[in-house]
Amino acid sequence: MTENKYVKEEQIVYANLLDIGMKIGLAVLIITFVIYLLGLLPNQIPINELPNLWKLNVHDFLEKTGFPTGWGWFKSINKGDYLNYIPIAFLGGLTILCYIRVLPIFIKKKDTAYTILTLLEILILVLAAAGIFKIGH
Amino acid sequence: MQNFKKSILCFFVLSLFFLLFYSLSFAEVTEVAQQVNSSTNSLPWWFWPLSLFIFTFILGILAVLAGVGGGVLYVPLVSSFFPFHIDFVRGAGLFVALTGALAAGPGLLRQGFADLRLTIPLALIASTCAIVGALVGLKLPSNIVQTLLGITIIFIVIIMATAKKSEFPEVKEPDALSQALHISGIFYDPSIGKEVEWKIHRTPLGLGLFILIGLIAGLFGLGAGWANVPVLNLILGAPIKVAVATSKFLLSITDTSAAWVYLNSGAVIPMMVVPSVIGIMLGSIVGVKILAVTKPKIVRWIVIIVLGFAGLRALLKGLGIWT
Repeated sequence: MTENKYVKEEQIVYANLLDIGMKIGLAVLIITFVIYLLGLLPNQIPINELPNLWKLNVHDFLEKTGFPTGWGWFKSINKGDYLNYIPIAFLGGLTILCYIRVLPIFIKKKDTAYTILTLLEILILVLAAAGIFKIGH
Repeated sequence: MQNFKKSILCFFVLSLFFLLFYSLSFAEVTEVAQQVNSSTNSLPWWFWPLSLFIFTFILGILAVLAGVGGGVLYVPLVSSFFPFHIDFVRGAGLFVALTGALAAGPGLLRQGFADLRLTIPLALIASTCAIVGALVGLKLPSNIVQTLLGITIIFIVIIMATAKKSEFPEVKEPDALSQALHISGIFYDPSIGKEVEWKIHRTPLGLGLFILIGLIAGLFGLGAGWANVPVLNLILGAPIKVAVATSKFLLSITDTSAAWVYLNSGAVIPMMVVPSVIGIMLGSIVGVKILAVTKPKIVRWIVIIVLGFAGLRALLKGLGIWT
């Protein structure tokens, strides 16, 4: 792959971290899904019950299954279905990591506008990831 | 070689018809499945994830050939023709669009087609509004979401069918905001064998439009490449290659915020997300390999027709006319 000589430092740093993170995330996604499919760990929701549940809206689904919202799944990652949320959350968090990685570069360059914009984006994404914005049940 | 090209073309035209037929068959199966009492559902559990995998594999190929994002095809087609509730389809759709964008991001950034300085201000607005869209979407009754989705998809079809694109838009004078933010760049375009210098204008208008784009992305769980590209290219004046690449990369940030809302609200089911993500990624890899020996223009038109049909189906389903 040709690298553009005009590409700025922060862009290359972002790309490199994204590349590694994406590969790790996808590999773990496949591994945890295979563990789930093979039934190597007990599941919170029996797999053969899923066809009766995924047609419900999310409110009814949560009520019927007792499935946790927010980061509640993290307490039970020894369950096969919950285990899948590790790579899903990792892929969801990868952009935050990339932003955190480029922030010091903007600070070092004394690029005030982009330092503020990057900080605000990190704040928004961290709040979203923390579950501040969710529909409660 | 000619015969090979013809057979590849035939294969894809057949695939497209198969997709349409498959969708219609699923609609019937779905209706039958809904009539059958849940406890006596005769289909084994693996039928739907496997079908979803095959379906998204074909979608992945078509998305590449038609030059559209997988997310925009995924939500209307899967919500119309599979038995999954639209809440979970939107959650999975966001992860499909997100992982596609994350995977494409490194290459696009390194080559200089996607631009981080251009992306950061747009992403901040779009990702914030995507959160609002996602929260509204999860609060609304599903028939309203389905109806609005149908209308939006029909609107997208019109944009896709009529929008012009400009290879190298003329930007006489960059606006003050883009100058203050130092948004400009240079990339090497192999198709003309030259380095292309670009800058943008009308930045405040472009930023305003990203409010709407973010809302729609979050509300329906759609990747918003169909809207990003015309705004970046025709409004802001970025060259088409920069617009397409930056749009793709931008999705990785916009969809991240909305994806977290769906994930934290319990609207992400791994049994739907993982087969979809893997299916569409494998399909995209195959799609890229055969892009050279097909006629993307024909495929693009067939995809527009299939998408139009899915939009109409979503609209009629939402209105209770075709349930």
